[in-house]
Amino acid sequence: MEFGERNACLHEELIMKRIKVLVAKPGLDGHDRGAKVICRALRDAGMEVVYSGLEQTPEQIVNAAIQEDADVIGLSILSGAHRVILPTVTKLLSEKGITDVLVVVGGIIPTDDHLFLKQHGISAIFGPGTPLKNAVEYIRENVSKERIH
Amino acid sequence: MKMFDSSFIERIKKEKKEWQEDSPRNLFEQTNSSSIPIKLIYTPADINHLDYEQDLGFPGNYPFTRGIHKTMYRGRPWTMRQFSGFGTAEQTNQRYKYLLSEGETGLSVAFDFPTLKGYDSDDPISLGEVGVCGVAIDTLKDMELLFEDIPLDKVTTSMTINAPTPILFSMYLAVAEGQGISCDQVGGTVQNDALKEFIAQKSFIFPPEPSVKLVIDVIEFCTKNVPRWNPVSISGYHIREAGATAAQELAFTISDGLMYVSKTIERGLDVDAFAPRLSLFFCAHNDFFEEIAKFRAARRMWARFMKERFGAKNERSLWMRFHTQTSGVALTAQQPENNIVRVTLQALSAVLGGTQSLHTNSFDEAWQLPSEKAVTIALRTQQIIANESSVTATIDPLAGSYYIEWLTDKIEEEAMKYIDRIDTMGGMIEAIKKGYPQREIANSAYEFQKQVDNKKQIIVGINQFKDEHEELEIPRFRVDPEVEKTQLKRLKRIKENRNHEKVLRHLNELRKATERDENIIPYVVNSVKAYATLGEIISILKEVYGVWREECVFA
Repeated sequence: MEFGERNACLHEELIMKRIKVLVAKPGLDGHDRGAKVICRALRDAGMEVVYSGLEQTPEQIVNAAIQEDADVIGLSILSGAHRVILPTVTKLLSEKGITDVLVVVGGIIPTDDHLFLKQHGISAIFGPGTPLKNAVEYIRENVSKERIH
Repeated sequence: MKMFDSSFIERIKKEKKEWQEDSPRNLFEQTNSSSIPIKLIYTPADINHLDYEQDLGFPGNYPFTRGIHKTMYRGRPWTMRQFSGFGTAEQTNQRYKYLLSEGETGLSVAFDFPTLKGYDSDDPISLGEVGVCGVAIDTLKDMELLFEDIPLDKVTTSMTINAPTPILFSMYLAVAEGQGISCDQVGGTVQNDALKEFIAQKSFIFPPEPSVKLVIDVIEFCTKNVPRWNPVSISGYHIREAGATAAQELAFTISDGLMYVSKTIERGLDVDAFAPRLSLFFCAHNDFFEEIAKFRAARRMWARFMKERFGAKNERSLWMRFHTQTSGVALTAQQPENNIVRVTLQALSAVLGGTQSLHTNSFDEAWQLPSEKAVTIALRTQQIIANESSVTATIDPLAGSYYIEWLTDKIEEEAMKYIDRIDTMGGMIEAIKKGYPQREIANSAYEFQKQVDNKKQIIVGINQFKDEHEELEIPRFRVDPEVEKTQLKRLKRIKENRNHEKVLRHLNELRKATERDENIIPYVVNSVKAYATLGEIISILKEVYGVWREECVFA
């Protein structure tokens, strides 16, 4: 990398605020291994991570996202209730006029349900076997640019 | 007495040195899940500190390293117990009858998340979860339907339930009574392991102390009234699945067990009155020999703790009977058929480790609840191991392997470091409050994922031998959304038709007994018989005990 180029990158980073991610577990399942692993990966990638823990209702998640001014909501669900719970989260977000927060999901989500979830405002679904860097890169590339500048 | 004489060992050591000088030097270092470095070869010199009679012994003899029975699988094979449950009680009842007709020898109930967390199906928080990950149980009526036409004196039933154990167990006893079967004729297991919920599975409801109090209530009640019941299945499975290493799984599980034993003794029970009914539950993961060593070490450690720490005299108190389930997290969503091979290896490690019962996972479980075809293959896997491979012909066939014996010792040594640390903290309840096991597990889980990402840990189909054009052809299994409606309708009907005055009276008596710190089981039995709901009973307990919220830390 040329010096000028590097300098420009540094400058870019300086004017960008850190990406802030709210990680939450909606639904009743307690499988928090994935949520905790992804929290650490995002933190190690330089993002600010808030983990709101287990058994979060859609209302609690949306309120926490507003309170924390999160740029991204990462939901981890392995209970099979994703078809009911996830659209409720995105619906509440749009009811509150929040359109620039990226919502991504990780967990056990059958492929048949991917299209349905994407139609309901879920940007990406990270299933078992996803390398951590894929999730990190996806968030970096797709977070609202207006929010982080 | 040492295994070999010292001059022989000296000669072996010398020969090994010479042998090593000739072998390639640039071999990369290899460690197992517990970070134990593995040598290129093992020789008699690695196990010469062992005393056959003291450290291994014969199967059925202390310290039971080689197995708890004198005949092991020659006498009778392990119990093939497939965990299942979904949708309504009627649907699960059909699946049970199918599994029994296919040669399964024990039932194992999976409950849905609302049931596991103590919520009724009509609670707003249950929306979308009813009957999805297991069967929905709200009242005794559901339990009656679940076991309809299944004679409860002929099968044994394992129920994976924890915080709400007193309620589900009471319902089971009530169903049996309805079939004309008395308490002393039913056999089975409840998981009832509250501590591992705080550590790993996270389906806790009440704070740690009252949670353990309820565990002991069940142990005490069974000891006095339900002699064929295993009142707790001290579980490492979920600890491992949450990310623990084999050594951590072993250590945390045994520490949980030590806590239950000492609390039950504090309750006034003689150790030999209840210890024979305690059983453990482990995971069979991918590292074949590490798992076998873990099972063998566990048996020896448990026997020694029971004898030396608690003064148990009954030989059965020293037996570590255990159930095994193959690892769920080791299943891949990619190239799912490969999971059949993984499950076979894991199951074989459990059998070579001397398990008493086994659940083999279905190959499609990284995607969904298993389809009938996948479940059948999983069961057939066990039947092939039991009937075709001849591994059951002799007991503990890997005993005496330099590697296995060395590794059995090493895993025990690693596990003992954690157990000592937890003892120093004042036992597992205190360790949990400090977040100690939770943190250790989260660290191990993150380390493992980093190793997968940087290919230090190869997983076929994930980071090596990938199939970029893979098109999945898994037969879909989806729980019918009608299930929720059916369940809600039934619950509504029961709530309308039951004797309200009777329900209230029994719930009130339960509350008083809870406040008096009595054993609550008899009161719960009366409440469920009056068709009080699971949620109503849990609410009473929550009012007295409070609820547990864990600290949200990820690092």
